[in-house]
Amino acid sequence: MDVAIVGIGIHPFGRTPARSGLQQGAYAAREALKDAGVQWQDMQFAFGGSASSGNADALGNELGLTGIPFINVANGCATGGSSLIAAWHAIKSGEHDIGLVAGFDKHDRGAFNADPKALGLGDWYGEVGMMMTTQFFAMKIQKYMHDHGISANTLAKVAAKAFLNGSLNPNAWRRQPISETEIAGSMMINDPLTKFMFCSPAEGGVALVLCRADRARQYTDTPVYLKSAVLKSRRFGSFEVFAPSQALEQVDGPTVDAANAAFEMAGVGPGDMDVLQLQDTESGAEVMHMAENGFCEHGEQEHLLQSGATHIGGRMPVNTDGGCLANGEPIGASGLRQVYENVLQLRGQAGQHQMPGNPRLGYTHVYGAPGISAVTILQR
Amino acid sequence: MTEKRPIAEGLFTWPSPQPALLASRCRQCGVAAFPVAESCMACSGQEVDVEELPRRGTLWTWTIQQFMPKPPYNSGETPETFQPYGVGYVELPGGVRVEGRLTENDPQKLRIGMAMDVVFDAYRRDPDGAEIVSYFFKPV
Ligand SMILES: [Zn+2]
Repeated sequence: MDVAIVGIGIHPFGRTPARSGLQQGAYAAREALKDAGVQWQDMQFAFGGSASSGNADALGNELGLTGIPFINVANGCATGGSSLIAAWHAIKSGEHDIGLVAGFDKHDRGAFNADPKALGLGDWYGEVGMMMTTQFFAMKIQKYMHDHGISANTLAKVAAKAFLNGSLNPNAWRRQPISETEIAGSMMINDPLTKFMFCSPAEGGVALVLCRADRARQYTDTPVYLKSAVLKSRRFGSFEVFAPSQALEQVDGPTVDAANAAFEMAGVGPGDMDVLQLQDTESGAEVMHMAENGFCEHGEQEHLLQSGATHIGGRMPVNTDGGCLANGEPIGASGLRQVYENVLQLRGQAGQHQMPGNPRLGYTHVYGAPGISAVTILQR
Repeated sequence: MTEKRPIAEGLFTWPSPQPALLASRCRQCGVAAFPVAESCMACSGQEVDVEELPRRGTLWTWTIQQFMPKPPYNSGETPETFQPYGVGYVELPGGVRVEGRLTENDPQKLRIGMAMDVVFDAYRRDPDGAEIVSYFFKPV
């Protein structure tokens, strides 16, 4: 049984002092239900998650207590992707016909505070100041620039594109374009990455209604089909965040593994994709993830970025809604935001940030600590 | 004399006239890990030997931490006294790539591939007056 997305809802990302994370999730859920033309009472199941805003099943207190199986999902940056995979299986297996996936969050300002013990590390690792995701991303792109000839200007270009796309997206947090000069000249956080090259924890909510593909037209004229949804964790030897040591022999990371599995499952290749949403925790991540997901060779990004290929009007649009850089990263909602954006693009409903050419296939990718990656492929 | 204590037991030999980082090495597949682990992440083996890692290696990658991290960061510094610090992975031949703080925080003086030595030095002073010792990598 194929699975279709028939309803999408979002609560604007950024800062909303008047609403809790849960309320933002409920807002997104109501929007998604309305988009599909269904009631909360029609949902047969739900999967959802948040990192800092409580249990997702508390959405029942907002939307109504209907007795359905509502399963809380917690999987870091891949929480949304994991909920989606669970929902996909629930429908594909024939167990359920229609259900809801939701993700929301509301984080404090500033870098995430990680607890060494939660990851099986000693207290010393945090005490000496290495429990920082930002350092990992900086060290990974530092090595990548050295090995593959990526310039510092290319990192600034990634961020400038994100803020430009954000300025076209009414649901984005950062809606002002920022020049490459200002990005490159902003405060250095972790060399070679400056302040404007990093995304920040933020707030937001996204929800999706999924159903059996053979019933999709009951709910919408523009169903979007979930062709694959894959989650992979790191194998031994991949270079990952929060690792006091790493193996001398490096293997491909979870992003490469998830991408390969997703393409195989969908029966398509990287060259078939029309629009890409790739994890851009910082500028360098987007650059590296282009190659890790199979969309170019290592090092080719320099030319692609310098020639504008990843802009909305380019031949390989990346992060058309402004990505994490312009939307911030509410952990529970972030991966679902990518799916929301691709559904908009494939429906042709993205307004000012709509890519030209009637895109048919969309790709989403998240990566997060401590080395997990989730990929989806959507088809109109 | 000031008491000197290691920041964690078992990370390196201490006290010792010539301290060294300690790694576990799997008896089954030969892969090393730092810090010492009771089982092997490569092959799931549960028999490991503990060995001293080489004291010299090469810088694999690096960054500079330019702002003061929130707790659990505990260096004894205040926002006023905070000094940016280098962090990197140093490839220790035959062993592993170990992540550690660098003694150098000037990006102009760091380059991938340069030789680095492990050194053991005071990291902070605890309320009881003891010096807490940690490991650092220092350009040769
Ligand atoms: Zn082993």
